[in-house]
Amino acid sequence: MIEVETLSVDFGETRAVDRISFHVAAGEAFGIVGESGSGKSTVLRALSGLNRSWSGRMTIEGAPQGPARSREFHRRLQMVFQDPYASLHPRQTVDRALAEPLRIHGIGERERRLSRALREVGLGPEHRFRYPHQLSGGQRQRVAIARVLILEPSILLLDEPTSALDVSVQAEILNLLQRIRRERGLTYILVSHNLAVVAHLCARVAVMNRGRFVEELDVASLRARRTREPYTAQLLRASEGYDRQAAEALITFD
Amino acid sequence: MTAPLLEVADLRVSFSSERGVLEAVRGISFAMGREKLGIVGESGSGKTLTGRSILRLLPPGAELRAERLAFDGVDLLAASSARLRELRGRRLAMVMQDPKFSLNPVMTVGDQIAEAYLAHSRASRAEAREKALAMLEAVRIRDPRRVYAFYPHEVSGGMGQRIMIAMMLAPGPDLLVADEPTSALDVTVQMQVLAILDDLVSERGMGLVFISHDLTLVASFCDRVLVMYGGRVVETLEARELGRARHPYTRGLMACLPQLSGAEGDLPVLSRDPAWLEAP
Amino acid sequence: MTAEVVAPRGWRAWLTAEAPSSRLHARLVRLYGTARIFARNPLALLGVGIVVLLVALALLAPWLAHGDPSAQGLTRRLRPPSAAFWFGTDELGRDIYTRVLYGARITLGIVGLVVVIVAPIGLLVGCVAGYLGGFVDTVLMRVTDIFLAFPRLILALAFVAALGPGIENAVIAISLTTWPPYARIARAETLLLRESDFINAARLLGAGWLRIVFLHVMPLCLASMIVRVTLDMAGIILTAAGLGFLGLGAQPPSPEWGAMISAGRKFVLDQWWVAAFPGLAICTVSLGFNLLGDGLRDVLDPKQR
Repeated sequence: MIEVETLSVDFGETRAVDRISFHVAAGEAFGIVGESGSGKSTVLRALSGLNRSWSGRMTIEGAPQGPARSREFHRRLQMVFQDPYASLHPRQTVDRALAEPLRIHGIGERERRLSRALREVGLGPEHRFRYPHQLSGGQRQRVAIARVLILEPSILLLDEPTSALDVSVQAEILNLLQRIRRERGLTYILVSHNLAVVAHLCARVAVMNRGRFVEELDVASLRARRTREPYTAQLLRASEGYDRQAAEALITFD
Repeated sequence: MTAPLLEVADLRVSFSSERGVLEAVRGISFAMGREKLGIVGESGSGKTLTGRSILRLLPPGAELRAERLAFDGVDLLAASSARLRELRGRRLAMVMQDPKFSLNPVMTVGDQIAEAYLAHSRASRAEAREKALAMLEAVRIRDPRRVYAFYPHEVSGGMGQRIMIAMMLAPGPDLLVADEPTSALDVTVQMQVLAILDDLVSERGMGLVFISHDLTLVASFCDRVLVMYGGRVVETLEARELGRARHPYTRGLMACLPQLSGAEGDLPVLSRDPAWLEAP
Repeated sequence: MTAEVVAPRGWRAWLTAEAPSSRLHARLVRLYGTARIFARNPLALLGVGIVVLLVALALLAPWLAHGDPSAQGLTRRLRPPSAAFWFGTDELGRDIYTRVLYGARITLGIVGLVVVIVAPIGLLVGCVAGYLGGFVDTVLMRVTDIFLAFPRLILALAFVAALGPGIENAVIAISLTTWPPYARIARAETLLLRESDFINAARLLGAGWLRIVFLHVMPLCLASMIVRVTLDMAGIILTAAGLGFLGLGAQPPSPEWGAMISAGRKFVLDQWWVAAFPGLAICTVSLGFNLLGDGLRDVLDPKQR
């Protein structure tokens, strides 16, 4: 489904992504875990076409990709952003935001698709004509998800979709994402700094540090703490809560 | 019997707007000594306002009422602005989430620490500088002299937060209120900063109020935990007893966290019982 | 969190609905909310009042006036304000009150024309330059700089020297020097907005740059544009009056306020009313627009978004 070979992204002098390669099968959920500055979001931006200055090879659904993306491409691959407070246009109602993709691609049956999309993410008609500032964080993220689903893509890129949400809301959104993937047979690439979230949604995980993939492993091994690299082990340890001795043993990996 | 370091009784914070009165904190009471007290809650629970109330640093339009708000025996409600200014910094300190917004962008970080020290002591400039260097060392910054001359935009998030801590602890306060001090940091950096905070607090015998949305973190770092919901404290417990929490909100909050060692499948979703908003 | 509220009824309930039933309803609810915040500022309301008064006077001039503004009466030259002539008469015996009223039409006309030309052009140039960046940005901004370099009155003088005096040329001259700052403002806002997630989301949905600039970026630049335009109106009025004063704008017998002040210059010590009343009119209207602009800025401020 998705094949990435030696992808590199440079921002001026800095190499944000350094020759990473991975593949994702159709219907699979692949996670990329890393701390800030690891380059994980940059990978998504390059995959989605938001970032056009990358080198390497990218094949999505059998079609090799260049820097730009066609309109048709955007019907197949979509992205959910981290900050629900920033990914919705502040002056557009939910209705307008959801109608936009349909308008751009000239898709008809707007009313049916719109109400279906709202129902699918658990929102009701009372939310339909509200502005983003009248919705909670969780509701905004649901709108963002509805917006991408309305085009019926087959691949969803998720950039820290729950990092900005309260824990209880996060659980609802994670369940929603899980359900949608199952029902529609979608392929996910999920990027997060939170190991538990990634382990919950994905089957395979790549650990990223300073632009490189440190380790790739399946989630079962992650849960069983069967890691190869010390960086991964450190990440695992740190995600379990504060421990004075463990904190002492932390080293910076360059 | 010595007085507790901080006494809070029936704290209430409200905002008036044209739509009516909004009660953000609705009657909280607790006391703490020289320990690490965690206040956990989601957004809108009132935890940040509680922290700010301790320092009487509320946003304009906020109204604070309490039966008692006392720090080391000093009545904070009755204190004059001058007295409060004296207390803040020297005996009561606060560290906030993002050092980007708390550090003055046009002063070197070292000078800021020195200034914090000077504001509350009669030291000379040279002594303040020495003190600043010493504080930078205390927060485990490897090359204090070099870092002294850095400007805030030249330091990373983790270092910036350590500098904030250095700045706030320079005058030697007795109580530190930390509002999500590590939420903007990476997990490994978080550990390091917490370790520093842990050491400093125990070395100096300080009290620490640690406000966070991260229950796991608070449970592992603090001694006692207050769980807040809808402006009230729904449960108070020892950190190590969190597994045996009794209030359904606390239990629900812990249950809905994805766990590495947890079961797969749908996460239990918190169903909010309106009864939780009522007084016990 | 508890709140104690008195539930609104009737049309007010409709305008403050939490769950609007259509896009139009949603827009009206938002507009009503903004209007209510605006209405809390007494000075802003005063500004609105003055502007509305100007428009009303201009529209109703033929009915409120005391006759023909150009009607001369050399027997009643330079009479002071009285019951018959509320603002007195000028050097040709014309009723100043009537001339001030009709002058409101000219002022409104000039200001309206300038705004209608300048705001869309500035917005378009600024947003396109800001969004597309690169070569387009450079070219558009250098063009903007060229126009920005001209001082308003000097350009107007040059225009008039080339094309002859008159209101149309005055409008063109003022417009040419007024649009660049709007382009700059729009560009600055666009640069900020360009990297927002919601713009990225639109790009990912497959929207082309035209759609994004017109439907997503421009609506957000409108707020600061409106504020700037309103605050500028006072300046435009003064410039038009200045041109009129120099004899470059409206030509006699047109009752343009600036021209009236110019004519009254000779008599300002003894027959103060000839220059004073048009002057007062200019001051009041400028004040009105300034107060309105300030009020709008407080309401349309980013933090209210």
